[in-house]
Amino acid sequence: MILRLSILHSLYFKLKTYMNDIDTQNIELQLLLQAVYLKYGYDFRNYAKASIKRRVQHRLSKDGFESISAMQNKVLYDVSFFETLLLDLSINVTEMFRDPKFYLALRKVIIPHLKKYPFLKIWHAGCSSGEEVYSMAIILKEEGLYDRTQIYATDMNEVVLKQAKDGIFNISRLKQYTANYQKAGGQESFSDYYTAHYDHAVMSKSLKKNILFSDHNLATDGVFGEMNLIICRNVLIYFNRDLQNRVLGLFSDSLPDDGFLCLGSKESIRFSAFSDSFSDIVREEKIYRKVDTIN
Amino acid sequence: MEFEAVVIGSSAGGIKALTSVLSALPSDFPLPIIIVQHLHPQSDSYLAKILESKSELRVKQADEKEVITNGMVYIAPPNYHLLIEDDKSFSLSIEGPVNFARPSVDVLFETAIYGYRDKIIAIILTGANHDGGVGVKKIKQNGGYIIVQTPESAEADAMPKAAIAATNVDKVLPLEQIGPFLLQLVNNSVKKYSNNFDKFGRR
Repeated sequence: MILRLSILHSLYFKLKTYMNDIDTQNIELQLLLQAVYLKYGYDFRNYAKASIKRRVQHRLSKDGFESISAMQNKVLYDVSFFETLLLDLSINVTEMFRDPKFYLALRKVIIPHLKKYPFLKIWHAGCSSGEEVYSMAIILKEEGLYDRTQIYATDMNEVVLKQAKDGIFNISRLKQYTANYQKAGGQESFSDYYTAHYDHAVMSKSLKKNILFSDHNLATDGVFGEMNLIICRNVLIYFNRDLQNRVLGLFSDSLPDDGFLCLGSKESIRFSAFSDSFSDIVREEKIYRKVDTIN
Repeated sequence: MEFEAVVIGSSAGGIKALTSVLSALPSDFPLPIIIVQHLHPQSDSYLAKILESKSELRVKQADEKEVITNGMVYIAPPNYHLLIEDDKSFSLSIEGPVNFARPSVDVLFETAIYGYRDKIIAIILTGANHDGGVGVKKIKQNGGYIIVQTPESAEADAMPKAAIAATNVDKVLPLEQIGPFLLQLVNNSVKKYSNNFDKFGRR
């Protein structure tokens, strides 16, 4: 009897959630993002809404909240719940040498240019759990550039940043990473770059020594130095046009003329406010170079 | 009911099924058609080319932030989820696979509601997993219209079966009838086309 009642109860709440008008939910979502910003300083207000809304709705039904407003109460008063929601909202899916063709182009086309500089600064913006940062470090090592490079790897989420810093990855994924590495032009033995410990692979210390992992939020923080190369892949797709322009402005301000910018394969600078500031170097891989605009 | 968009989910055997549906539609089909077909993550944009060569409609891979245009057919890019925003534009995401799939039919269908509310026709074609079940349920709950390929006419019947089990679908049809039926449904919903069904429908 009690079981049956509780089923009825949960059905009732499900029904109620669905009866909520979509417009009301949009208002609630706006209020929630405002609340998160005011209370915790994370600014999702200019993110593309569909993905955020979908993930909030899934958290809602998973934890049995009646509405986004009801969840907002919990977000404001329960820090650990907020941290859960933060992980829901920031997407941290990545892999080593994701899009091998991009890394091949990086090695063949960009590295020869970078060899001309006595010292290099590379900014990996939105580095998540670090897989692509280690990919870059491996290429730099093999091309003899690592020892004169400083890599700044930044993310807004301290949980994933800690994972990146630790450089410990699930061994089940290493097979795919090895295949990616080879497709990306890697000729060494990939297993030399990590040590296997039970079900984990620990990335070699020699890859970590010139990487500085630090907290930086593209939505709210500013420029912190002049870079030769900026990599920001599959981050801009989550932002609306305004925020995309803000971030591309940050990148433009962080690059000297001739500095390189690499975006994700489905991202483009062409429809942004900074289209004229960059020329295509490898068009299909979204590798750009800043042009001299003061003529 | 006036519809504003058609969303389609397909997987194993989907290219043939999509070709069948799209080839039944005229070049002035008035709605956008948005498709998630499961593909190998590293495949290129060949699907759009194949489908365009076999239909009278313009077919392209959906771009991030692209504004959805009537009469166009859009394909989700391989290895990305395709989402629809409130303002009827696309966004992309690389969040993890949903139902082992990226792109996932559920992700497209759930977010189609944000842009198109109850003015959606959702179609589930052949496929070997359960992707799309949650999506059709939500579209139905929000007042949309659901068409499913008969499991018997599907190369792989799991996806149609999952959709039929998920909700009270509006129509279950053999593959060859889906295109003509879709055209009729849309023509009946759009006044200016309502008298022209024979001209466009019997091709």
